[in-house]
Amino acid sequence: MEEKDKILDIKDLDVSFRTSAGTVHALRGVNIDLYRGETVAIVGESGSGKSVSMKAAMGLLASNAVVNGGQILFRYKNEAGEIEEADILKKDKKWIRRNINGRHMAMVFQDPMTSLDPTMQIGKQITEGIIAHLGVSKKEAEERAKALLEEVGITDAEKRMRNYPHQLSGGMRQRVVIAIALSCDPDLLICDEPTTALDVTIQTMILNLILKVQKERGISVIYITHDLGVVAKVADYVNVMYAGKIVEVGNVNEVFYEPAHPYTWGLLSAMPDLETEDSRLYTIPGSPPNLLHEPKGDAFAARNEYALAIDEKEHPPMFKITETHSAATWLLDPRAPKVEMPEELKRRIERMRKEAE
Amino acid sequence: MAADYSAEPILKVENLSQYFKVSRDFTVKAVDGVSFEIYPGEVYGLVGESGSGKSTIGRAVIRLYTPTAGKVSFKGREISGKLTNEARDELRTRMMMIFQDPMASLNPRKTVGDIIGEGLDIHKMYATKEERKEKIDNILKKVGLSPEHYNRYPHQFSGGQRQRVGIARALIMNPDLIIADECISALDVSIQAQVVNLLKDIQEETGSAYLFIAHDLSMVKYISDRIGVLHLGHLLETGTTDEIFANPVHPYTRSLISAIPLPNPEVEKKRVSETYDYYTSGIDYNVGSNHLIEGTHYVFGTDEEIARWTGKAGA
Ligand SMILES: Nc1ncnc2c1ncn2[C@@H]1O[C@H](COP(=O)(O)OP(=O)(O)OP(=O)(O)O)[C@@H](O)[C@H]1O
Ligand SMILES: Nc1ncnc2c1ncn2[C@@H]1O[C@H](COP(=O)(O)OP(=O)(O)OP(=O)(O)O)[C@@H](O)[C@H]1O
Ligand SMILES: [Mg+2]
Ligand SMILES: [Mg+2]
Repeated sequence: MEEKDKILDIKDLDVSFRTSAGTVHALRGVNIDLYRGETVAIVGESGSGKSVSMKAAMGLLASNAVVNGGQILFRYKNEAGEIEEADILKKDKKWIRRNINGRHMAMVFQDPMTSLDPTMQIGKQITEGIIAHLGVSKKEAEERAKALLEEVGITDAEKRMRNYPHQLSGGMRQRVVIAIALSCDPDLLICDEPTTALDVTIQTMILNLILKVQKERGISVIYITHDLGVVAKVADYVNVMYAGKIVEVGNVNEVFYEPAHPYTWGLLSAMPDLETEDSRLYTIPGSPPNLLHEPKGDAFAARNEYALAIDEKEHPPMFKITETHSAATWLLDPRAPKVEMPEELKRRIERMRKEAE
Repeated sequence: MAADYSAEPILKVENLSQYFKVSRDFTVKAVDGVSFEIYPGEVYGLVGESGSGKSTIGRAVIRLYTPTAGKVSFKGREISGKLTNEARDELRTRMMMIFQDPMASLNPRKTVGDIIGEGLDIHKMYATKEERKEKIDNILKKVGLSPEHYNRYPHQFSGGQRQRVGIARALIMNPDLIIADECISALDVSIQAQVVNLLKDIQEETGSAYLFIAHDLSMVKYISDRIGVLHLGHLLETGTTDEIFANPVHPYTRSLISAIPLPNPEVEKKRVSETYDYYTSGIDYNVGSNHLIEGTHYVFGTDEEIARWTGKAGA
């Protein structure tokens, strides 16, 4: 077998935003690895920095962003089929737009309206990129666009191509965006909440479509999603993010069946499963830290019922659990008292394991 | 407050249709003859695939569109025809919508504080500047944001934070009916749980009713008293949450329920869900009628279809 080929390597990425109220330290040392053909999911609370990390990877950071440090190495196949490496943070925006975006790296955003032009028919929006990046004729581009729209489940594709974005439902818009992303055969597809606007049946269809394209073309995919059901379905690896840091990483089974970070415990507990009968859902107490005032020590400590004294003083390093599984919690320090996940979650995981047998 | 089924419905939708003419030879029948009602204090969940007309129903009810046909009444007053000033005023203050697409519905040039305070400003719902600020700060905290966010602009927020701004804007008016269009789907699980608990609290406090539009069935199941299943602009099945989940009858409803992804990787990676394709199913949504299954559980179809789906064919 061929050596595993690392396509994306984000190292110690540190990003702040200048705002009128002060500096927001949004990413505080983010590390993410991705290998060719594999799928990584990033999960974590709203505002934890998932989108900002991926915007950084695409060279799309907002103008008030300041990169304090780190590296984003992207390795893609050039026209000649050779592997080329780019350090995204060192390239200028224009170069990235011309050489990387939409060609080698494509992104599907949370909010489809941000990537569609409201004044342009959707057919044109798809063919434009195809013509620019693949240099085919208008007619051929139109054929491809129509086929792609059908592939993502849009009926009456030919007529729909003449629609403007506001004439489509939220989910149809998102499918158009996915068609645009796939139209140029990218090496890396970044999906930021790609299916939150979609109902389950179409979600399943789109996820299967992405899985299929991924197998056929060997592309790598990063999913940002809140839906742990989706993560369970598609991901090989999971990164759990909290307050601008990755706090747990592992393969999907490790994170779902043997979660080690108390924040991950909270996330898994907050999911309503179809058996939930309680009148209230579990929520993680408190709210995420305001990164205008960066917390000292472990950012999760204030909300963590298992916090240790040291959490107030020092941020925990990543403790290695297995070759693929690590978590940043002092509970894993050999000197820490033995603490187990909450009973309720343990029972839920047991139930899940039984179902899987 | 629990739903009050002995009272008059707060919202009554009868045979609502909403068509859009896209071009000379292409009209989208986004909503086609839909009827349902919502009682005071009730949460009515509306589910269905993308493009099935859920948002359109919400927008027609709150009169962002003029319905093509049918009748909508709010608190006993018809609001689907020409609106009197009084009716319009009531509609603008007593019914609020939380929009699906937070970015498109928040004015990018206004600060979040002013966006949230807009309804208060228009309807003069405070005596002093301090009272206004206090109301807005309170609601910011209630939805999990902080008063420090007051002077920020929408684009300076994460997706989930923006959605909470939209929620705050609706909640601050204390309306009788809240149309929540996918208001939690952009939120992560822990905040979803917070918002859902929040919506429940507000409801207990104020007795607001909700039209809760969503595609996450596990959340809909959790929050709704009754559910309506919509497909291609037609309401196919409605009933209490228990009736629908314990005994889904329409093949479309069955496929929806079987497609809910579960947070269990070993199960999920192997799973094949029930599929449903209208165009090859032989079902025609233009023929049939509503059939009572039990209690408040109704399913739309022909006599023959209903008999087949309920296993009573040939009996
Ligand atoms: N342009 C900006 N100016 C100031 N702050 C910003 C800007 N963009 C993002 N932020 C802040 O950076 C933090 C991380 O935002 P990000 O969009 O990455 O969150 P997220 O994890 O994607 O959340 P969600 O799940 O809600 O989309 C948030 O606190 C957000 O308010
Ligand atoms: N202004 C409009 N002009 C033309 N067609 C429209 C308009 N608004 C909606 N439609 C069409 O009406 C149908 C229903 O759209 P709607 O937005 O109500 O769907 P939805 O159920 O909310 O879907 P989603 O879950 O994707 O948000 C779609 O086919 C859409 O293309
Ligand atoms: Mg985001
Ligand atoms: Mg909608």
